[in-house]
Amino acid sequence: MNKFKERMFKGITYTASLFTIIVLFGIIATLFSEGLPILKHVNIKDFLTSPNWHPTHFPPDFGILSLIVGSLVVTAGALIIAIPLGLGSAIYISEIAGPRAKEIIKPIIELLAGIPSVVYGLFGMAFLSPFLIKAFGIPSGLNAFSASIVLGVMVVPIISSMSEDAISTVPRNLREASFALGATKWETIVQIVLPAARSGVIGSIMLGFGRAIGETMVVIMIAGGAAQIPKSIFQPVRPMTAAIASEMGETVIGSPHFHALFGIAIILFIITFITNIITEFIFLKKRK
Amino acid sequence: MKKIVILLTLFALIAVPVLAKKGNKITIAGSTTVLPIAQATAEVFMNNNPEINISVRGGGSSVGIAAIMAGTVDIGNASRHIKAKELASAREQGINPYENIVANDGIVIVIHKDNNVKDLTLEQVKDIYTGKISNWKEVGGPAMPIVVISRDVSSGTFEVFNKIVLNNAKCIDGALMLASNNAVVSTIATTPGAIGYAGLGYLNETVNAVKINGIMPSKATIQSLQYPIARTLHMYTNGAPRGLAKRYIDFILSAEGQKIVEEQGFISVE
Repeated sequence: MNKFKERMFKGITYTASLFTIIVLFGIIATLFSEGLPILKHVNIKDFLTSPNWHPTHFPPDFGILSLIVGSLVVTAGALIIAIPLGLGSAIYISEIAGPRAKEIIKPIIELLAGIPSVVYGLFGMAFLSPFLIKAFGIPSGLNAFSASIVLGVMVVPIISSMSEDAISTVPRNLREASFALGATKWETIVQIVLPAARSGVIGSIMLGFGRAIGETMVVIMIAGGAAQIPKSIFQPVRPMTAAIASEMGETVIGSPHFHALFGIAIILFIITFITNIITEFIFLKKRK
Repeated sequence: MKKIVILLTLFALIAVPVLAKKGNKITIAGSTTVLPIAQATAEVFMNNNPEINISVRGGGSSVGIAAIMAGTVDIGNASRHIKAKELASAREQGINPYENIVANDGIVIVIHKDNNVKDLTLEQVKDIYTGKISNWKEVGGPAMPIVVISRDVSSGTFEVFNKIVLNNAKCIDGALMLASNNAVVSTIATTPGAIGYAGLGYLNETVNAVKINGIMPSKATIQSLQYPIARTLHMYTNGAPRGLAKRYIDFILSAEGQKIVEEQGFISVE
């Protein structure tokens, strides 16, 4: 009887994991079968390197370089903001704060992760954008800069809580050895603890990157939506996710525009896929 | 006895949804511009006829027409006319899209409240959107760069604007592309140098409308199509409306229905 139970349990978990894999391959297959036909209308070089995105114009232009650049600009901006904040709070929580402060700060930062992205978007539209117009004297508050700020705040809890996990698993005796050799707290953190927690910290940044580049609602609402290569961070951009989400609803299924949107999705998929592999590789190296 | 009661209850549970579903439902999808009209009229219509159920979805004009062609809805809303290409492909599938004009609408050119520009020509608006004019001082306003706001290129409002104002010229790449009429108006309200466009129904006191070729957008000027950027709003049916769809569309075109259209900020059909 027990043996039967054992086998049944094995079977159920096996089916569950198989199901996930099947769904994943289904998504990849759809992505490629709907996205590749765009290459009948535009060659791959123009698709990837032309900045002209006029999908409903006649004749249409299907160049997605400005969309790719848009995604990378807001993501880089978000990480520039989120890495110091996230890493800083992780170090404070695990190394410096007393148990009481830790008990209060940690859940507050994690609460940030639970706020729906549309709420962040509303905040950006209603508060941040008018504020930036006044503060910087720029003509419009919907641009790469404001999207970066909001995305950065969204990524902080990811970097913070994962880095904090990594830092707190660094063995206690490493720190004690460092103190015994006369190192200060600062020296211990920077030269001993952080290098030891390196792979977890890098992994958290990669995960933050994936979150920022895949975020859709916030960039639709505050990145401005202009398909151009920005000349400054105060210009509007149209990240890939924003283009897919705001155009997919109103395109004719099977049209070149439809396939082009799936083509963008393939590029987005490849970018996150590579990020995931790098993350996986870092963790794998750590385990060995 | 008990068994009979149970059986009857079960039967009722199954039969009621099946019977209710059959023929007492109108499904509507399409243009987000026509959406408030469809929602408000459907509400009153359902109150007057409790046995009828109307489900209204948005999606955009192209979705409305595509849904009529696919036969997935009874009524497809569109803020533009059906395209020749769409009509041909519909005919091929044996569908005969029939246009019912349910309201008039004007696309208003909207600017920030503090901007002193009152009047633009259609040509000036085109030059602003194509990038030939980039500062308000070129059209008699303050020295301030113009922030051009447009709608996503697949929206019905953009299509009408594109046809009447841009005349198929390309909108500048640096224009902000926003996802809805509401987003356009609320962004202009907080952006001093902004210019944008939205349906007359979305105009409110937080922004200013400008005259086009000297004509202020209003009910009268839009009904008479004197205002240059005016359009009709449509509900497409497969063939002339019949049955429930006919009752519903007749209701929209009645005095009561057109009053609701006006309440939603659109212009009644003459």
